[in-house]
Amino acid sequence: MATAISILPAQQLATLNDAYRKAVARKRLKATVATAVFCAALFIAALGAEVNLHTFFTYFGNFLSYFDRILTLDSGARVWTDPVEWFWGLKKWLRLLGETLLISYVGTLTGAVFAFALNFFAAQNTSPGPWVRFIVRRLLEFARTVPGIVFALIFVIAFGLGPMAGVLAIAIHTTGALGKLFAEIVENADMKPVEGIRSTGASWLSCMRFAILPQVSAGYASYALLRFEINVREASVMGFVGAGGIGQELVVAIRKFYYSDVSAILVTIIVTVFIMDISTGWLRGRLFGKETSR
Amino acid sequence: MSQMPRPDTAELRGKYPGVFERPASARLAMPAMVAAALAIFVYGLVDLDFSPTKLITGMSQLGWITMMMIPPNPGSSFPLYMQALGETLSIALLGTTLAALFALPVSLLAARNIIPSNLIRFPVRRFLDSIRGVDTLIWALVWINVVGLGPFAGVLAIMVSDFGAFGKLFSEAIEAADRKQVEGIRASGGNALHEIRFGLLPQVLPVIAGQVLYFIESNTRSATIIGIVGAGGIGLQLAEQIRVLEWQKVSFLILMILIAVAAIDFISSKLRFAIIGQRAVV
Repeated sequence: MATAISILPAQQLATLNDAYRKAVARKRLKATVATAVFCAALFIAALGAEVNLHTFFTYFGNFLSYFDRILTLDSGARVWTDPVEWFWGLKKWLRLLGETLLISYVGTLTGAVFAFALNFFAAQNTSPGPWVRFIVRRLLEFARTVPGIVFALIFVIAFGLGPMAGVLAIAIHTTGALGKLFAEIVENADMKPVEGIRSTGASWLSCMRFAILPQVSAGYASYALLRFEINVREASVMGFVGAGGIGQELVVAIRKFYYSDVSAILVTIIVTVFIMDISTGWLRGRLFGKETSR
Repeated sequence: MSQMPRPDTAELRGKYPGVFERPASARLAMPAMVAAALAIFVYGLVDLDFSPTKLITGMSQLGWITMMMIPPNPGSSFPLYMQALGETLSIALLGTTLAALFALPVSLLAARNIIPSNLIRFPVRRFLDSIRGVDTLIWALVWINVVGLGPFAGVLAIMVSDFGAFGKLFSEAIEAADRKQVEGIRASGGNALHEIRFGLLPQVLPVIAGQVLYFIESNTRSATIIGIVGAGGIGLQLAEQIRVLEWQKVSFLILMILIAVAAIDFISSKLRFAIIGQRAVV
């Protein structure tokens, strides 16, 4: 069968095959070396992280039975057989969830306002000077890289326990994240309107207001909504360090082994996050069309 | 210069009423939205106990704290912190890799072009969604209950929460893959497994590798914070030093985190370009 369709002379075929084999072998060698390096890195990481497969397999049953336990009421019945008992603290939890949503809302809005004020200085095409740009960029980078909960830890000490620390922490982190995204939108904006407005003798401020802002405001709002969605999740854990919201209840329930409470609070958080995701997604689609709602 | 004919405003107004007089609903929509947003904001400030005095005293406290942070100084614990940083990087690397390994087969189940039936795809997707709805810190708390305090709980927490994210991202990458290769394999007599191995995987593996690298990068950040609840790494040291108000050590730790994250960013973006090459920008 192999003789049937061979068009090339055997000698030429041999060189071609040889070249092919060499190319494949080189690729294989590369892949093997990369895999080996990666596996070595993993092995070192496993040593560093004190991975203990023995513990894992001994306790993995615990992980499964943990879910079994959080889905069981004190009376021994399954949680869904008695929703009233399961969600006994619903009123308190809903209030705390409302607080969580407010924290993320106020934090997102404050952060968005600061990001809005700073991003024109950080964008390459609109920044008034390279020095300003450099400083603002580093500032935003700092606000973005330090995790929100670390800010919360520090703010709890400065401002006292309570939701205020959480709001400020979220606001700072949001400023960093949104500032970068906003600046990227501005960098993609069309510069012709700016030239048009500057040619009428307008100041830098009017150039931003009348040339850039109309192009970018839809993108801003879309990113701010997306950030709000992320911040709802973030705010749900702010309570872990005492910065308000539902996290406080959750951490108490987990630490004190109030099993059915854990599952009830988790369910309310997940449902809230779902509702927020869906409604902000819907809002984004409504306001800005399919394109920006990615 | 020729004079433009004067437009007949009255006639135009009659022709296009919508341009001249926008309906009240359209004119009022924007101010109403802004007013509503502001109202909720103010309500939030009141409800969350914001007060100018609190803000000012807090700010001055924060000023003091910042003053005390300078200069950053690790004291004698520098080796300990380096070890903790290594632990954090290990947690990120290991957690992300394990998550990717587990997520790959599951993501096949969630991809429309592999499992056309809604019956399997829908529950798998919702399952992944609910995993993603729970924050990494919460998973860390749960795992601490199961395997005890320490970095191992952190690895497992990152693994579980990334599992949800990867499942979704991978299945999207698989759905975006070209069908032609798969059809080619089928035409030459391959079975379903061959289709996935030789038709799909070569297309999606570079995309997946890029995403995994990106997540290792972003997980370096997550791994720094899960220590706060006791799951090992540099976050544990950071939370401890904040609690005992050792501000010079705190600022040193924050600096270490910033440098480590920047280094990982740099390395992984280099690697990403090497793996995906130019066509990466999808």
